[in-house]
Order: sequence, then structure tokens, then C-alpha cells
Amino acid sequence: MFTEELLNQSSSLRKKWEDEVKKITSKRADQKSEWTTVSDLPIRRLYGPEDIKDMDFEKDISYPGQYPYLRGNQATGYRGKYWTFRMFAGMGSAAVTNERWHYLLNTGQTGLSTAFDFPTLMGYDTDSPKAKGECGKCGVAIDTIDDFQTLIKGIPLDKITTSMTINPPATAIWAMYLASAEIQGIPLSKLGGTIQNDMLKEFIAQKTLMCPPEASVKLISDTVEFGTRHVPNWNTISISGYHIREAGATAVQELAFTLRDGMEYVEDTIRRKGLHVDEFAPRLSFFFNSHVDFFEEIAKMRAARRIWAKAMRERYNSQDPRSWWMRFHTQTAGCSLTAQQPYNNVVRTALQALAAVLGGTQSLHTNSLDEVLCLPSDHAVQIALRTQQIIADETGVANTLDPLAGSYFVEALTNEMEEKAWEYIHKIDEMGGMVKAIENGFPQLEISDAAYKFQKQIDAKEKIMIGVNKYVTDEVVEIPLIEIDDSIETQQIARLHEVKRKRDNRFVAECLKNLAQACKKGENVMPFCIETVKAYGTMQEICDVYREVYGEYRDPGIY
Amino acid sequence: MSDRKIRILIAKPGLDGHDRGAKVLARCFRDAGFEVIYTGCHQTPEQVASAAIQEDVDVVGLSCLSGAHMYLYPQVVKLLKEQGADDITVIGGGIIPDKDLQPLYDAGLKALFTPGATLESLVDWINENIHPRT
Amino acid sequence: MEELGKRAMAGDVRAASRLIRNMEDNMPGTEAAIKHIFPFTGKAHVIGITGSPGAGKSTLTDEMIASYRNKDKTVGVMAVDPTSPFTGGALLGDRIRMQRHAEDTGVFVRSMATRGAMGGLSKAVGDGIHVLDVMGKDVIIVETVGVGQQEVEIINHAHTIIVVLVPGMGDEVQALKAGLMEIADIFVINKADREGAARLHKETLSMLQMGKFENGWIPPIVSVESVSEPISFAQSVGVLTDKIDEHYQYLIKSNILATRSHRKATAEIYESLRAAILAPILDDLAANGELELMVQKIMKRELDPYSLAELVAEKYLISHDCLKV
Repeated sequence: MFTEELLNQSSSLRKKWEDEVKKITSKRADQKSEWTTVSDLPIRRLYGPEDIKDMDFEKDISYPGQYPYLRGNQATGYRGKYWTFRMFAGMGSAAVTNERWHYLLNTGQTGLSTAFDFPTLMGYDTDSPKAKGECGKCGVAIDTIDDFQTLIKGIPLDKITTSMTINPPATAIWAMYLASAEIQGIPLSKLGGTIQNDMLKEFIAQKTLMCPPEASVKLISDTVEFGTRHVPNWNTISISGYHIREAGATAVQELAFTLRDGMEYVEDTIRRKGLHVDEFAPRLSFFFNSHVDFFEEIAKMRAARRIWAKAMRERYNSQDPRSWWMRFHTQTAGCSLTAQQPYNNVVRTALQALAAVLGGTQSLHTNSLDEVLCLPSDHAVQIALRTQQIIADETGVANTLDPLAGSYFVEALTNEMEEKAWEYIHKIDEMGGMVKAIENGFPQLEISDAAYKFQKQIDAKEKIMIGVNKYVTDEVVEIPLIEIDDSIETQQIARLHEVKRKRDNRFVAECLKNLAQACKKGENVMPFCIETVKAYGTMQEICDVYREVYGEYRDPGIY
Repeated sequence: MSDRKIRILIAKPGLDGHDRGAKVLARCFRDAGFEVIYTGCHQTPEQVASAAIQEDVDVVGLSCLSGAHMYLYPQVVKLLKEQGADDITVIGGGIIPDKDLQPLYDAGLKALFTPGATLESLVDWINENIHPRT
Repeated sequence: MEELGKRAMAGDVRAASRLIRNMEDNMPGTEAAIKHIFPFTGKAHVIGITGSPGAGKSTLTDEMIASYRNKDKTVGVMAVDPTSPFTGGALLGDRIRMQRHAEDTGVFVRSMATRGAMGGLSKAVGDGIHVLDVMGKDVIIVETVGVGQQEVEIINHAHTIIVVLVPGMGDEVQALKAGLMEIADIFVINKADREGAARLHKETLSMLQMGKFENGWIPPIVSVESVSEPISFAQSVGVLTDKIDEHYQYLIKSNILATRSHRKATAEIYESLRAAILAPILDDLAANGELELMVQKIMKRELDPYSLAELVAEKYLISHDCLKV
């Protein structure tokens, strides 16, 4: 990277600086002896040319739109198009959520993102005994395509992209989306959006579980195949680190486990479906957390792009540069928010959003200040969305591409994150891949250890959360909280029963039988799901077929 | 010579799978010298109550982050009572809005821990309030 | 305390669980309850499951419960997990895998910590088995920690002993060498779809061919699919419980059940004597400070452990002729 001459010069100047530091610290010690990131990565007092001297400019840094895409996928960066302002939203009934969506679009949001309630996320209908008390509480309740059509009422599906955070029942929900588009007369080829559909991170972190790992990965490969053939602009998996981080992982663990999950999906789809990597890899997308440690997050996102490009080209012999791009959505860190002094959350979220933008995200959700307490209110969500708009239109950070490139510190930290991530990736390779590693409980235990360590550090005040263990006050801040009425549940159940009463039950039974047959024969389930939802088959009816054919997976509780 | 130990059941009722808090707590209670039984995610209130009785625990600690605590927590208390086990102390944690606290206490929850509670404060609460039955 | 015993016999779950806890905690008066229930014990088929940690014992136990429930048999489980030697606390996690049976009144699952007491665990497990037995459980499964010398002691309480092996752990053969070979009635190769399963099967078989089986029962090897294939897993565990039942029938027919009961009774005598004689002596010595003095003497080589034992015996036992060689 640097000439011999510059390094020599730096070395002698550095010596002078070090002497000066010694002189000062001998009189007055630093505030603390160890300075680390929120993930406990030690950080040096200063970085200089010697810290990045081994980098190869062409191979390791290069330019935006060029391998290894450290500096961004697109040559034009945010000048061509800002990241998508995509706020995660869903609550109560489909009608209520539809109203919130229209409010967000009118407030300047540019993409939709759906939060489902727990029964929907777990593949149960609202009238299941397991669903009691949960309806609409942390997202929208969807039982049938009838609800789904209410949800997307007045949304032009060919113009706006929709992301759906749905995992075990992804095939059923996606089928509802596709069938609704068909009913609206929009060809599948015009549809754009994302289903999260990432089961590996569920086993690792979030525990939205239904079928065992092997069957889960099979269903995912069905969607990848179906998307490749029929819905070419759809992101069929959003490989997610967000939940891994929220479960307590360090930044390096988030990076490593997420990318290794991605590699597992690539390997599985090639093996199972016989597709060439470049047929589907361009539609894989990622989802990261933007936590509170500013530079660590930026380095993580930059490292992620470089690791993925290298992996695609070198591990999987991909020829198409679009496969080498790591495109990702980011959400600011829910676990960094505090219930104490909640208005401070606006500041945290703004800084985390800034890091995501400097890290080059394609899409962003900013948390609302009240999300630590309840679903966001209109007012809180507006501040959160405005935060993105202020970053985009006022701060000037979008003026130039990857503005932190070349910073000794940022490049050195990026390298370090990449190196440590590869160590994990290789370790998981040795275990026989991610599914095996999960069966052994490896990532789960690593995350549990990190989470426990962090909590103890918070208790010991070795790590600081303002308002929680420093600058604590007794003041009670009243913020208006949104509430989901319990009557939502009774109404939803009534709607579900009404749909079931009106539909052709014999035809539904036949559709479900065909779906079960397809599962048993190993055929792609997507066409059968679409038929079933069109006949008003419910979410749970479809998922019960999966549970019956593939078996049910229960949390093994590794800790 | 008797050797009574405090036994605690940590449970996640409901469909929510965010088990970071529950797992951290299970480890913390083990390190505080308690015997901890963890039941994993996705438990019905019936499963939690039944496990608490079979394990003869002193305390049941509930964790739920989905917002369904107003149904799930009182339901566990109710089921324990129905089975003659109302001497088992039920405590809860999670994202619980202030206005829900009193109704939950009224329903029989003995302590509620909201975001920001330290591990130490939880262990202290147990040590001060739980006396294993003789 | 006797009252608890009566209520447990009447099927009161609360009373049974309290009784087990009192036994575990050495609560005064617990013996009375055991005395009361003991004559009614000895009806259940007790199955011991052992194998190294991570072999999948809890998952296997869970599916065995399901299999026995399909056969209309009631099931009791005692699952043992280690106590932390540093804090005295314990994380008892075996139950997680069995929670789907929590609401089934035909199933009772109890977790137990090792607590590290000398011989105490085996006694607590033995007593726990008695409670489950008088509750009317047809089958009692004891799941062990998988390591340590307590293992074999606990296993002595069982009629049928399952040794769980898993490919790729590298310690299978060691487990066999460590003495589990002699006590196994059935071998299970768990996660049999994994690499190395065939080799493990072969190795176990050749070990068996070298063994001597005086009672005529040659331990079968049952391969069990990985739990990640729930349906074939359930089927293969069904084969396992059939084999277990076959073993029990064999025990009855060949009158080996008497030998097993003999072994179990012997173990119980050792434990009750240890609790009744040795434990109070040790408590007394510790309480009056003599134990520490003895430790010092041995460390300074002023006394050897054998002479010391004789001194203690002389002090506490009225007649100790049996102690002299």
C-alpha cells in the first residue's frame, strides 16, 4: 500500500508520538486501561499506515462497482438512488396495518415491510389454543388470503416493493402475495420484494420454529427455485444477522454466522435443485443489525461485502458479478434501546442509522423511540422515518461514496472483522457446515456465552448504557403508548370462521392433500400452496401439512 | 443434616422465541447457587404449571416479549392455584408497560422485572423473598 | 412425612414431587415415608440410560416416553444433570426435550442435580424411583449425567440398561472399555445417519463378540435415526422400546430378574448404611473439628489413613470385630 519511504517516515514520527503519550500518561493515567468495542474487541489508541501496510489496493480496496465491492456494489452510490426507507410495520388486524402503511407512504417511505403477529409467524391460525392472547400484539394477524387482500388494499404491487418478515410459513405467505397479485392482474415478473425465509438463523437465534432443519432448508430451496423461474425480481431469502445480534452475538459472530448461513443456502440449492450458482445467487439478500458501536458497525458492513464477493467468486466459481454483490437491509439495534429516558433512543437510532448509511446499506429501518415498550405510535414512527430523511437530505453524507475508505482505523478494523469472521467460517466448515454446527449447538452456545458476558459487564459497569447504569434518574417520562385491544382477537376469529364457512371445504381438503403429496414426493410446494390459498386454505392448514409430513421441531434449549 | 436448595423454573410461555433474557437468567441463577430448570421456548401456561409442580420448585420465572403477558402470566398463576400449588411464587419479566404492572400484581404475580433490572437485583430479590419450604 | 407417602401412593403429584425433594434434600423424617411406601415398590420396569454427554440421551428419553405412551404405559422419568462444583448451583436442562409430555397425566418427569455428595445421589435416585413406582408408573426411565463414578451406582437401580453411543464423538470405544460394556443390556447407536455410524456398529459388534454373556442375553445393537428426521426417529425408537420389553420378558422368564433385584437390593443396602452410619460420623467429625485435625495428621504423615479409620471405628462402633482382618 505504501512506499518504503513513507513507512520509514511514519515510523519515526510515530516514535515521537509514542514518547509524548508515555510522558502524558505517566503523569495522568488514561480514564481506563482497556478500550474496547461494544463487542469487546480491543481498540488501539491510534492507527497509522503500518496497520494497513499489507493491504493490496486492487485486491482489497479497489473502487465501488468493482471487485471485491468493499466500497459498494454500485458505481454511482447514493447519488443514483438513496437507500430504501423501509419501516417495519404491522399491528392488530390487516385493516389497521393497511392504514399504517398508507400513513407511512404518505410520510415519504419508499418501501413496505411487514411485521406479522406470533401466531402467523409460527404457522397457527388465530383460533388455535396456542395463539390465545397473541393476536395482533406484535404484528398483523393473517389467517387467509382474505386478510391478505385487506392488507395490501390500495398498494400498487408492481410499483412498490414489499418485504415480509416471515420464516417457517414463508411459502404460505408468499403464495398469498403472489395469488393476490394475480387477482389484481399483475404478472409475477413485475413483482419485487423480499421474504425473510431464513430458517438457519431461527434455529440459531430467534426460535420461530416449525419443521426440522433439513425439511426447512428444503422448503427454502423450493422458494428459491420458484423465484428463479417465475418471479425473477423477488429476493427469496433475506439472510439475517439482525436476530443473531439481538440474541446477544458480537459483531464478528453476527458477520460470520450470517455469511456462513448464506453459504449453506448456496450449497444446498446447488446440490438439491441442480441450479447453477449464478441462476439464483443474484436474488439472495442480507439483513444486518446496526448496533451502537459506530465504527465497528461500519467495518462489519464493509467486511461483509468483501467476504461475500470473495466467497462467491472463489468458493463457488460464480461468474456473474451480480452474484458477488452483497445487497443488504439494515435495522438499528432494538436491544440497544432503553426503557429509561426513552427520548435518548432517538439519538441512538440516529447514530446507528448514520453508521448503516456509511456502511453502504441498500435499505433501512430506523427504530422508534417507544419500540422498547410497545408497538410504535404514529408520532414516534414519524420521527424515526424523518431521521433517515435528515441523514439523506441534510447531513451531506450521501454526497460521496464510502467516505471512510482509506481511514487507517476503518480499514484496519474492516480487515480484522473479516479475518475473525473467516476463522469462524472455517471452523463451521470443519464441523460439516451450518446445519451440522447448529445440531451440535455451536453457534447457539457462542451467542449465549457472549450474551451472558455482556450482561455481566453491564452489571459491573464495564460497559455503559446511559440511563441504565450511568446517569440514572428517577424521573418518569410519560410517552403515549399504543395498545392492541383484545377485541381484535375475537373479531379476527369471527372473520376466520366466516371465511371457512363460505369456502368450498371439499376443494380445500383436496388442495391440502395435493400439497401433502408434493411434500412426500419432494416436489416444489409453491404451485400447490398458491392453489390452496386461492381456495381460502388457511395459514395453519398449510403448516399443519408440513408438520405432519416433515415432523415438528421443538426448541432443544441449548444454553 | 438437611440440604434445602432453592429450585427455580424459568419458562417462556407463548409463541415468542426471544430467549436471550431467559437464558442469561438461567445461567445467572445457577451461578447464584440455585437449581434451575429451564423449559425452553413456546410453552403453554398448562405446560409451565405442570412442570413447576412436577419439579417442586419454589419459584417460577416467566419471560415473554410478545406482549401477550396479560393473558399468559395470570393464567400460569391461576393454573397453579387450581392444582393446589399457590405456594409457588410466580415472578415475571419482559417488556411490561407501567399500566400493566398493577393488574399483574393483582393477578398474583409477586415481582415484575422490566428492562434495565440488573442480574444482581434479581438474585437479591430471590434471596430475600424466597425461603425454601420446610 | 408419612402423610406425603400416602398421598403420593394415591397419585397426588404434588405430594410425590415434594417427597422426592425431601429425600434429595435429606429432610428429617424422610425415612418414615420411605419405610411406609417401600413394601409397595418393585412393580415398575426400571430402565437406565447412560452414555457420554451430547450422545442425545434426553431426546431419546423423550421419544421413548412417546413410544411407551403409544403402548398405553405410564412413564416416570428421573433426569440427572451435574451440579456446578464452583457455585453449588445447577442448570437442569434435560426436561426441555420432554416438555411436550408435560400435560400428559400419565407422565411424570423430575430433574435432579448431582450435588456431588458422596453416594448421596445414588440414594436420592433410588428413593425417587420408589416414589415413581408407588405412583403406579409402569416404566421408569433414569437418565444419567453420562460421566463419573456415580454412573455405575445409579445404573444398579435399573433392570434394563441402555448404553447410548453416537458416531463421531471419538470416545465410544473408551466408554465401552470404561466398564459400560459389562453392564449394557442394549446398545443404541444414536444419530445413525451420521458419518461413522457403520464403523461404530462394527466396532461395538466385535467388542460384543469378545465378551462373555453368562445369562444368555446377548446385548442387541439398535440403530436410531437422527431426531432431525422426526418420523423415522420415532419409528426407530419404537424398535428400541420393543427390544427393551423383550429384555424385560427375558429377565422374567429366565429368572434373571431375581439377579437384578439382588443387585438393586445390594446397592440399596450400601446406600442406606452409608446414610445411616457413615454420614452421621462424618457430620460429627466435621462439626467437632476432628476431621480437620485428622487431615492435618495425614498430611504431616503422623498417621496413615488405615490406622485413622480403625480409630474412628473404635470410637463410634460398639462392636467392630468385622472391621478387623
